[in-house]
Amino acid sequence: MKTKTPILAASIAAALTLAAGAAQADDMAQERCYGVSLAGQNDCAAGPGTSCAGTSTIDYQGNAWTLVPAGTCATMELPADGMGHARMGATAEQLEAGGYGPGINRDLPAGFDMAVAETYMPVMM
Amino acid sequence: MPPPADHALTEARIAAALWAPRTPEGLGPEPSRDRRFAIYRNNVQHGLSRALAARFPVIERLVGVAFFAAMARVFAASHPPRSPVLLDWGASFAGFLATFPPARSLPYLPDVARLEWLRGLAYHAPDAAPADPAKLGQTDPERLVLRLAPSVQAFAAASPAVSLWRLNQPGAAPEPLRAGPEQALIARNPGLAVLVEPLTAESHSLLCALLQGLPLAEAETDPTPLLALLIRHQLITEIGETP
Amino acid sequence: MSPRLPDAPGLGFKPEHFRQALGAPVAFYEVHAENYMGAGGAPHAMLERLRAAHALSIHGVGLSIGGAAPLDPAHLSRLKALLDRYQPESFSEHLAWSSHGAAWLNDLLPLPYTDQTLATICAHIDQTQEVLGRRMLLENPATYVTFADSTWAEADFLREIARRTGCGLLLDVNNVFVSAVNHRTDPRAYLADFPLALVGEIHLAGHEAETLEDGPLLIDSHSRPVADPVWTLYAEVIARTGPKPTLIEWDNDVPDFETLLAEARRAEALLAGQRDVHAA
Repeated sequence: MKTKTPILAASIAAALTLAAGAAQADDMAQERCYGVSLAGQNDCAAGPGTSCAGTSTIDYQGNAWTLVPAGTCATMELPADGMGHARMGATAEQLEAGGYGPGINRDLPAGFDMAVAETYMPVMM
Repeated sequence: MPPPADHALTEARIAAALWAPRTPEGLGPEPSRDRRFAIYRNNVQHGLSRALAARFPVIERLVGVAFFAAMARVFAASHPPRSPVLLDWGASFAGFLATFPPARSLPYLPDVARLEWLRGLAYHAPDAAPADPAKLGQTDPERLVLRLAPSVQAFAAASPAVSLWRLNQPGAAPEPLRAGPEQALIARNPGLAVLVEPLTAESHSLLCALLQGLPLAEAETDPTPLLALLIRHQLITEIGETP
Repeated sequence: MSPRLPDAPGLGFKPEHFRQALGAPVAFYEVHAENYMGAGGAPHAMLERLRAAHALSIHGVGLSIGGAAPLDPAHLSRLKALLDRYQPESFSEHLAWSSHGAAWLNDLLPLPYTDQTLATICAHIDQTQEVLGRRMLLENPATYVTFADSTWAEADFLREIARRTGCGLLLDVNNVFVSAVNHRTDPRAYLADFPLALVGEIHLAGHEAETLEDGPLLIDSHSRPVADPVWTLYAEVIARTGPKPTLIEWDNDVPDFETLLAEARRAEALLAGQRDVHAA
C-alpha cells in the first residue's frame, strides 16, 4: 500500500491547485443564485377560472388522449442510439397505434368544445 | 328539516368530486352550482400542476406546456401529495413517466426527471459548514476519509440526460447530442447555487464510494478530477482519518 | 405582552424579490409556512435574513383545520419547529380544509357551518394553540358554493369559534367582498356582524371576475391589484377598528417589487388617516 501514498498525495495537491483556479469564476455565478422556482411551491396558485380543467375527468386510456409532446423535444435532433429511437417525438401513426390518436373525434359528446379539449386533454366524459 | 349530513361524509363527497365530473349533493346555489364547484376542481388541479412544473421545469420544456399540464393532472390524480409540504412531492414522477403511454416516444424523460428531482433534494438539503481544504494536505493520504455535504447526489443515466438538461437551460446554445450514458454530481454550494457537474463514469463510481464512506486510499481510479470539484465547490464537510 | 405585528402595511414575501425586500421600508413580511419546511438551503437563508430585519407573519396553508379528520401530528410538529425557529409575531391559518384520507388536495376547500363542524374546528384550534404554545388567528374564506346544511352565518360561526378557543381572527376583506358578490349578499352587513375587536391582521388581495348564467362570480386569485370596492370596504373597517396590520397578498402573476410597494403605500395612506383620528 505504501507505494500508493505518493500518488495520492500528488493527486490531492493537484486537486487543491485545480480548485483554486476555478473558484473565482464560481463567485460570479453565485451572485445570481437564491434560485427561486423551487422556493414557493405552496403559494396556492388559483386556477384561471371555471371553464377549463375543472370540467374534465382524468381518463387518458382508450381514445381520450390526443396531445403530442410539443416542447423542445420536437425540435432537437437526438442521435440514433442504444435507446432505439432515432428522433424524439411521437409520430401521429405511433399515437394512433397506441390508442391516442385523432379517433377521439368520433366519441365526443355534442357541443364539445374542441379548443378547450386541445388545451386541457384528458377529455370530458 | 332533515339532519345535516355528517361532516366526514360531506368532505368525502367533495374530495371524490374534485377528480370526477359530478358536483356533490348538498351544494348550491342553483342554477350555477356546477360551474361554481368547478372553481375548486380547477384550483386543485391547476395548483398541483404548477407545483409539479416548478419542480420539473425541463420536463415541461421538453414536452411543452399543454402536454405537461395534462400529464401533471394524470400524475396528481394517481400519485397525489401525501403531505401539505409540496417540496416533498414528486419522488415518483420519474417512475410514472417511464410507464405513461403518451410519453413512450421520449424514453429519456424519466432520466431527466430523476436529475431534476435530485436538484430539488440538493436545493432543500440540510446546511453543513465546509471543512478547510488545507487539512487535506496535512492528513495521511492512506487514512483519509471524507464526509460530503448532505446536498451531494450522484446521478447516472443510460441516456444523455445531463446534456439534455443543460441544453434546456435559459440561454443555452443548441448543440448536437451524443448518444450514450452520462453521469453528474448534483449538489448545492455554500453560495446556495445548485450545481450539475458532468462526471466521467470513473468519477461517478468514486463519488458513490465516497458517499458510502469509503476511504480515499481504496479508490480504484485517479481521484484528482472529483477531488478538485469537491474542493472547488466546498462540498467536503469533514476531513477525517481511519483509526 | 407578546410581540405583535405593527399596525402598518406588510407584503407577502416572494423569493424573486429577496434583495429589494430585505432593505425595503415594509413593516412586516408574510410567508406561507409550508414553503419553509425543507431542511436547509436558500429558503431558510432568505427567511433568516428577512426575519432579522423585519417583523414576520407565518401563514399556514396546510393544517386543514376545517377537516373532519384529526389534525396531522407530523404537520403540527413541523409548524412548531418553524415557529420556534423564527419566532414570528403572528401565526394564522384558514377556516377551510385541504386534506382527505392520506391525500393532500392543495386548495382551501369549503365546509358547512353546523354545530358539528363548529365542535370539530374548535377542538382542532385548541390542539393547535396548545401544541404551538401561542394564540393563532383564523381567516375567513372566499367561497364559491353554499351548503344546504349550514345553520350558522359565517360571521357568527367565526365569533363563536373565537369565543370558545380564544383565537383571534384574520379578516380578509377581499374574501368578504368575493363571497358576498358570489352569494348575492351585502358585504357591509357581513362586516357589521363581524367581531372586529378580535381582528389581529387584515388581508387585501386582487380577484378575477367571470360571468355565470345567474350573475357575476369572483375568484380569489391573488393575481391583480386590490379592487376599488375592496379598498372602500377596507377604509370603512379601519375607520371602526383603528389601524391594523394589513397585508397585500399577490401570489400569481407576481409583478415587480415596485408594484407591490405601490399597493402597500395605498394601504399606508388610509392607515395614516386613521392613526391621526385614533390618536386624537
